Amino acid sequence: MDWPERTLAVRRLGRVEYGEALALQARLVQQRRRGDIPDTLLLLEHSHVVTLGSSARDEHVLLSRDELAGRGIGLYRAGRGGDVTYHGPGQLVGYPVLDLKPDRRDLHAYLRSIEGVLLRALAAFGLEGRRDTSATGVWVNEAKVAAIGVRVSSGWISSHGFALNANTDLSYFSAIVPCGLAGRPVTSLSQLLGRDLAPADAADAVAAAVVAEFGYGAANDCGADGSRRHTRAVSRAGAATVSLSA
Amino acid sequence: MSRIEVPMPQMGESIAEGTVSKWLKKPGEVVERDEPVLEISTDKVDAEIPSPAAGTLAEILVAEGETVEVGAIVAYIESGVGAQDAQPAGPETPSATGDGAGPAPHTAPRAEPSPVPEPAASADRPAAPESREQRLRTKSTPVVRRIAEEAAVDVAMVAGTGHLGRVTKQDILSYIDDGGTAPATPSAPTPPPAPVASAQPPQPAPSFAPSPDSLWERFHDEVEHPVFPVREGDRVETMDKMRRLTARHMVLAKRIAPHVHSFIEVDFSAVDRIRRQNREHWAAQGARVSYTAFVAWACARVLRDFPSINATVSGNGVIYRGSVNLGMAVDLDPGLIVPVVHDAGNLSLAGIGKQIVDVAERARARRLAPQEIQGGTFTITNPGVLGTIVGMPVIPKGTAAILGTGAIEKRVVVLADPKSGEDVMAIRKRAYFSLGYDHRLVDGADAARFLAQLKALLEDFPAEA
Repeated sequence: MDWPERTLAVRRLGRVEYGEALALQARLVQQRRRGDIPDTLLLLEHSHVVTLGSSARDEHVLLSRDELAGRGIGLYRAGRGGDVTYHGPGQLVGYPVLDLKPDRRDLHAYLRSIEGVLLRALAAFGLEGRRDTSATGVWVNEAKVAAIGVRVSSGWISSHGFALNANTDLSYFSAIVPCGLAGRPVTSLSQLLGRDLAPADAADAVAAAVVAEFGYGAANDCGADGSRRHTRAVSRAGAATVSLSA
Repeated sequence: MSRIEVPMPQMGESIAEGTVSKWLKKPGEVVERDEPVLEISTDKVDAEIPSPAAGTLAEILVAEGETVEVGAIVAYIESGVGAQDAQPAGPETPSATGDGAGPAPHTAPRAEPSPVPEPAASADRPAAPESREQRLRTKSTPVVRRIAEEAAVDVAMVAGTGHLGRVTKQDILSYIDDGGTAPATPSAPTPPPAPVASAQPPQPAPSFAPSPDSLWERFHDEVEHPVFPVREGDRVETMDKMRRLTARHMVLAKRIAPHVHSFIEVDFSAVDRIRRQNREHWAAQGARVSYTAFVAWACARVLRDFPSINATVSGNGVIYRGSVNLGMAVDLDPGLIVPVVHDAGNLSLAGIGKQIVDVAERARARRLAPQEIQGGTFTITNPGVLGTIVGMPVIPKGTAAILGTGAIEKRVVVLADPKSGEDVMAIRKRAYFSLGYDHRLVDGADAARFLAQLKALLEDFPAEA
């Protein structure tokens, strides 16, 4: 181990196919369990895909497989908790691969922390989000801006995570009943702010929010391959931490 | 050899229950200590549960899709001989003594120490009926048991307000506060499972690859409820777990079994008389013998003569069940659950009466253990209790028949006067019975004979039952 304890490696991967992201997470979970890598946050975007969590009901996918395929939308069973969700361009997806053993051996506490991350990230844009005690996720007024679905593999290693709509084309959500909650609208940062905001523009705030919420001492922003060559944004993340938690 | 419990672990302070989403091992498969055995889901989290010991997965107690409270036993791991048996026997290796006396590699369960010491002799007896400790486990979490232990409080004495009557941390703390026993210092939660040495990566398989091979499997296993437009003023709620399971079960049950229903009318005069004569006698034994108990007792007897009704079609075969386990449908308002009175064929009338009252009360209090709703071979439902004169019930999947009992009412009937032989009108307590049966296995004539024999037994009810 050549990283200080409580270090978060942030990997910004750009566009990743859903299946590839599943395979990558499976590898990282094993590496994290063995202690080969530090806690790691993947930030990425997916192509159009509908994914089903373990409690998903097929009828929450409103289009047939053929219709989905016709629109270029993939369909996966995801191996995470939760119901149905949509991922696609314009959405910032975060997959924290963390060792929860030291201080977070509580599944619900972990969900609340992920919500906390997103509330901090919204605050960085001057938005006040809220939790809904009956529905995990992050809401602004009555609309859902971020969805959460998590897996904890044996040894308390997390994977999957959250999806924050930045400038997502929200019409794709009409293909599903998001998270099985009928009649509750979805929204995006761009819609809430009244200006276009790309996932990359939200990534810094999200990384800083993870650092702050989980109390990391430092964040190493890595290249997509996890190497440290492209270290950057450490101080930026640190500074953001201070301003967010103040 | 020892049998080690795999409990639903405490995965968080506010988590009272978990749903088994997937078994990663099958019974008979070898597991390493800390190797994931199953996946559970709770709220928005899926979690892998590692094995507490090395050995063989001996028994799965909770099926996929079922929800159980924290602490409930979901499986047993057989360690020791079981694990040794699984290894290839090397010729140079002296074989174990065979009675499990040799030290097994990992026999020590990591389960928390039992708060109630049991006699050591009973510890390794897998077939023993549910022990007091197991009952406590299903009623409380490790945290609660530890608090109870430290305060010298019997968890069984505490009224549970949690899910299925489970004693919550709040319950035990208020009980201690109110009760005058030494105040307890709540200790930290039991540490959950430790890190893992080796584990399979999750195998995310994109589903929906339609394969013709799986058509029948999908037909028998998958249910999709169509979606309908929501209109203004409507309210949409997500079905809770029980509703969802019931909905799924009913669709599959009707899809698989071709249902036929036959009806008969039963006179309850004899039952009524015996019930009045024995009420005090039974009350002295602590039993309450309802009309349903008479019907259950009679069904258990008559089913002996109709093995195909106490059976199920399974693939191209038929499984004739070795005992009569009566499912008794209980209205939870809202919801429906079917606890099972096991081996009813060997119970007395008062015994069946007691058990029906017991399981129905515990069903309403949500205190049934998972195994108490499994293994039914024939079901009785009583729509009559709410005044319905007859019903056409759905046959539970994996059985061949269900009896519905209509309301018992006073009716005017035509009888032959025993003295004169003339037709006379009389007032009698009567009810309609309906038998729903799987026509793949049970023919109409079989059903008619079963109903006729059941009617005859109830109308000439033996006093010594």
